[in-house]
Amino acid sequence: MTADQSAAPPYVQFKDVQKSYDGRHLVVKTLNLAISKGEFLTLLGPSGSGKTTTLMMLAGFEVPTHGDIFLAGEAIGKVPPNKRGIGMVFQNYMLFPHMTVEENLAFPLEVRGIDKATMAAKIKRALDMVSLASFGARKPAQLSGGQQQRVAVARALVFEPRLVLMDEPLGSLDKQLREQMQYEIKHLHENLGITVVYVTHDQSEALTMSDRIAVFNDGVIQQLSTPADLYEAPVNSFVAHFIGENNKLPGKVTAQSNGVCRVALTDGTEVGALAVNVAGIGAMTTLSIRPERVEVNPTAPEIANRISGTIEEIIYLGDHLRAFIRAGGTDSFVIKSPNRTRSHHLAKGQNVVLGWKTEDCRALDP
Amino acid sequence: MTTLGGLAPSKPSSSDTLVAADGTPLVRKLAQVTRRARLKAFLLVLPLLLFIVVVFVLPIAQMLWLSVNEPTIRQDLPRTTARLATWDRQELPGEDVFAALVEDLKDARERQAVGRIGAMMNHVYSGARSVFVGAGRRTGSLAAPYSKALLDLDATWGDPRLWIMIQSMSQHTTSIHYLNAVDRTLDERGNITPVPENQRIHIWIFWRTLWMSALITCMCLPLGYPVAYLLASLPLRTSNLLMICVLLPFWTALLVRITAWIAILQSDGVLLSSLAALGFVDMDTAKRPQLVYNMTGTLVAMVHVLLPSMILPLYSVMKTIPPSYARAARSLGATSLTTFRRIYFPQTIPGIAAGALLVFILSVGYYITPALLGGKDGVLISNFIALHVESSLNWSLAAALGGLLLMATLILYWLFNKIVGIDSLKMG
Repeated sequence: MTADQSAAPPYVQFKDVQKSYDGRHLVVKTLNLAISKGEFLTLLGPSGSGKTTTLMMLAGFEVPTHGDIFLAGEAIGKVPPNKRGIGMVFQNYMLFPHMTVEENLAFPLEVRGIDKATMAAKIKRALDMVSLASFGARKPAQLSGGQQQRVAVARALVFEPRLVLMDEPLGSLDKQLREQMQYEIKHLHENLGITVVYVTHDQSEALTMSDRIAVFNDGVIQQLSTPADLYEAPVNSFVAHFIGENNKLPGKVTAQSNGVCRVALTDGTEVGALAVNVAGIGAMTTLSIRPERVEVNPTAPEIANRISGTIEEIIYLGDHLRAFIRAGGTDSFVIKSPNRTRSHHLAKGQNVVLGWKTEDCRALDP
Repeated sequence: MTTLGGLAPSKPSSSDTLVAADGTPLVRKLAQVTRRARLKAFLLVLPLLLFIVVVFVLPIAQMLWLSVNEPTIRQDLPRTTARLATWDRQELPGEDVFAALVEDLKDARERQAVGRIGAMMNHVYSGARSVFVGAGRRTGSLAAPYSKALLDLDATWGDPRLWIMIQSMSQHTTSIHYLNAVDRTLDERGNITPVPENQRIHIWIFWRTLWMSALITCMCLPLGYPVAYLLASLPLRTSNLLMICVLLPFWTALLVRITAWIAILQSDGVLLSSLAALGFVDMDTAKRPQLVYNMTGTLVAMVHVLLPSMILPLYSVMKTIPPSYARAARSLGATSLTTFRRIYFPQTIPGIAAGALLVFILSVGYYITPALLGGKDGVLISNFIALHVESSLNWSLAAALGGLLLMATLILYWLFNKIVGIDSLKMG
């Protein structure tokens, strides 16, 4: 976080928040999280990692067992959900089935006692925003999944909430529609300047949309950073493995200096890596290398690390080839080779040399 | 050509009729292929279909037929029936009708059928039994002119109403029983007229049945709604236990439950004795409020018996409403009361309608509970139907009352379908 950001109080803040449902296990373990105004923050993690519980505590549907949550400087722990002014988009849209689209949008305005004329104007603006202006009189059941999703977003925004929460909103859409909606939500966020907290277990969705991503596992934020940092510079092997494709090579640290270490792999080969998360010389570590950073039969001299291996399997994926290689003590070392004419020399059973730069290989916790 | 699922074009022509690979039209080919499956399906339901037709549809149809067509008079008084068929009801029937009646009565006497005729006529004309039996006994000594002879015997033979009733009862389709069922009869000119005030019972009982059923429904709804909500929202283990408690009345014999209510509600029963011991009611059993063998008893026991019929349809509808709707409403700014009123309640309306319809229809035709607990003023229309079937042996009237009940139920069902839609009816 930069200096000027830390000077202003964060818009949303979790302070030492813990949550337990049964009194024996903590679902959320001492969570500290600050979200600035206008940010798109994604809580990413496998199911059961505590990300949805965190969102529900923010929405007011779950009460923290310990700690405080602040919204715009005000502690909201005792504020009921209807008084928090937080818009929410649910996984299965949760449009009220007995009301038309317009009535659904009018609902949050009616309960706030807004007059008819203002209400009509706001509803119209919200429907225009999601390009559904002519669908106001329809019932939710008469809309497609994508349209229902847009109405749900419009409903969460129509009353101009202080914060918008989205709980896996695109989970029930097919892939193509999901990608389209990702862009739409991202653009809405950019155009309206709203603060969004988004929950998903889909890492590509998180990478596409977010300003920052908080990766959850086991009730703890493993890493909180921008999408690029998360992919390029994971701080532990969970993050490295959870975000994108990753090769894990177990090994032992034999030397360490200036942030770089030498690691002996299980087959005895020694390679260099960035010492990101290692305990010291003699400690076990897991090397993390992205498949696309591995070069087959490298010629460039700056590719310092080279190991040899045998191609076990090749999968043709159109724009690239994916090869599983027995090398460095594992039989499923993955490489991605762009589908250029040069790639076609790869064949099953072939012996190859794999090479990568030291800065592309990160030594993480075992 | 058979049409299947709208596949067949309305005017088949060679250009727009799809054909299968072997040249037969696709529609016919499809029918051939599916015929076996359809035949199999039909054979599977055939036993049940036959059973229902034999033990349910036919008896009910026969009973309803009896309400417009009672053959006794037509068969026992064939000559009179034939002569009266053309009678215009303007003045007393002529001598030929009287003569035919005497001839019929002579025959009937030999068959010992006069009592039966008298009893049958007595259902529609009080006092007719003694008139017929008296005439039947003297048929041997009667001589022409028979009109005078019969009138001398009993002046009632001069009442055109008696003849109108004989004519009505001998018709192939008569409305007289339905008129009776709604406390109407025919006057001496054959016009529809209300029966004397002291004989009007059916309309009153009908109203009471409908009113009691409505009351029972209105009591079941607020009692059942929270229970159904609990059932739908509690965790599975707890809700299963609660479900067993709800269904327990279903598994207990009806008679046991009713007897239990008698033991609880009677004037020296559990409830009033406890209240007396606490000083709320008098120690003298004669001065205690009467809770059983009247409307109160019927009401309490029927609400208890029919409560599961309200809870189960409500539960099945509530079970399909995800709790996230309430969360969505709350996050949009609604208080819990508004959330219930505007979001939850409207979605349970199909369940309310189904439960109310079920309870209402069941209580309209309920017999055993009011019969045992109703005493004099707690009986319902079904108890009257039973009375006419068992004691007064006026089956035609019983059939007419039953027919009206059936009609009321069908109208209710039609209204339900019109307003809520029968598709939304879900049971358990």
